[in-house]
Amino acid sequence: MSDEGSFYQRDRSWHPPAFTPQYKTSILRSPQYPLLSLGNTASEMTGPVFGHDEIGPLDNDLIRNFAKTGDPIGQRIIVYGRVLDENARPVPGALLEFWQANAGGRYRHKKETYLAPIDPNFGGCGRTITDGEGRYWFRTIKPGAYPWPNGVNDWRPAHIHFSVFGHAFAQRLITQMYFDGDPMIWQCPIVQTIPDKAAIEQLVAALDRSVTLPMDALAHKFDIVLRGRRSTLFENRMEGN
Amino acid sequence: MVQSLRRLKESPSQTAGPYVHIGATPNWVEITGVWKEDLGLVLVGPETKGERIILKGRVFDGSGIPLKDALVEIWQADSDGLYNSPQEKRGKADPHFTGWGRQPTDGTTGEYRFETIKPGRVPYPDGRLMAPHITFWIVARGINIGLHTRMYFGDEEAANAECPVLARIEHKVRVPTLIASRPEENGMPTYTFDIHLQGEKETVFFDI
Ligand SMILES: [Fe+3]
Repeated sequence: MSDEGSFYQRDRSWHPPAFTPQYKTSILRSPQYPLLSLGNTASEMTGPVFGHDEIGPLDNDLIRNFAKTGDPIGQRIIVYGRVLDENARPVPGALLEFWQANAGGRYRHKKETYLAPIDPNFGGCGRTITDGEGRYWFRTIKPGAYPWPNGVNDWRPAHIHFSVFGHAFAQRLITQMYFDGDPMIWQCPIVQTIPDKAAIEQLVAALDRSVTLPMDALAHKFDIVLRGRRSTLFENRMEGN
Repeated sequence: MVQSLRRLKESPSQTAGPYVHIGATPNWVEITGVWKEDLGLVLVGPETKGERIILKGRVFDGSGIPLKDALVEIWQADSDGLYNSPQEKRGKADPHFTGWGRQPTDGTTGEYRFETIKPGRVPYPDGRLMAPHITFWIVARGINIGLHTRMYFGDEEAANAECPVLARIEHKVRVPTLIASRPEENGMPTYTFDIHLQGEKETVFFDI
């Protein structure tokens, strides 16, 4: 496996720009100077690794990992997929962390003010590490949509937040997963920070009835793509493209 | 039609939002009992080699107010300039130093704080040595894609002066935004590195 070359430059037109006035908080939190193009040094091409031994058996089961008196309220779902790089190679050993609101759209957080109730059996966090083929899965309940202070009537579509560690700090990524068929995706100022419709669709998980657990949980497939490495032509063997 | 390069696109970033701590540092936001300890809180142990330092600072928005909902991650080499990573090809790093840390900014003061060690020097791809530095990655509500920057050490004037990365900053007046001062605090060397997202003192951020 080619794990040597520097990473493809990030396509900044595919990502949201820093300054997106329809998402008001970005106005004062967006750098205004251009980024300094650095390319990769050893400081960016290395990154922390996490062992499967750091992960507990319930860490990828949000239905059970906080439950006190029973299962959390809500539609039971499985989220699964692969972490790949831009060369479509699997990224094994990637740490994924995820967090979400409960079925009513309420987060377990002291700054959260939405009137929907806290679910005593739902914490809202989980994590897992991809296997040798870059695969992951976890079980949870489907999060609810929630209102947020931006415009006077802005709502977030149902979503799950993801934090991903690949093999290098240059691959570090935080994003969100949305659910297929949700009309609210296209009305959300945060989703709309992404300029390209095809890029938004890359964050919409597909309902996958072939993986659904009958009489138990629906399944949604969500693949994540991290930056890929260049082949080091000439200096090295050409591999894998 | 020409042949397709058939590469995938990187998943687009979305803001970490106000509740990133639920996923990253759940114990810190009182979601306890799911896992014992939040990752990245502790970088050093009794056997870690190198000079112990404190690293602290705040992240300011364009109005000069510190962010109280940010998450700061650091990544650095050990005292010999080696990274504790399978991608490190130059040698074996100190096994007692992870090199990776993660801290929320305090909900009242906005301050982040790490106990770590001063890193050694790491070569630039052309072989010249970079000055000792610590890579920072900052996410928060209102930040659409995580921001990369570096902290350099104020007491490393000679190394800073010859660092090939600092030399690439065209507007020299902006170089000091990457350099942390070193006052002592209770006998412990303490570097203060404030990050300004915007405004006159805007920190230099990198496209890496
Ligand atoms: Fe959210």
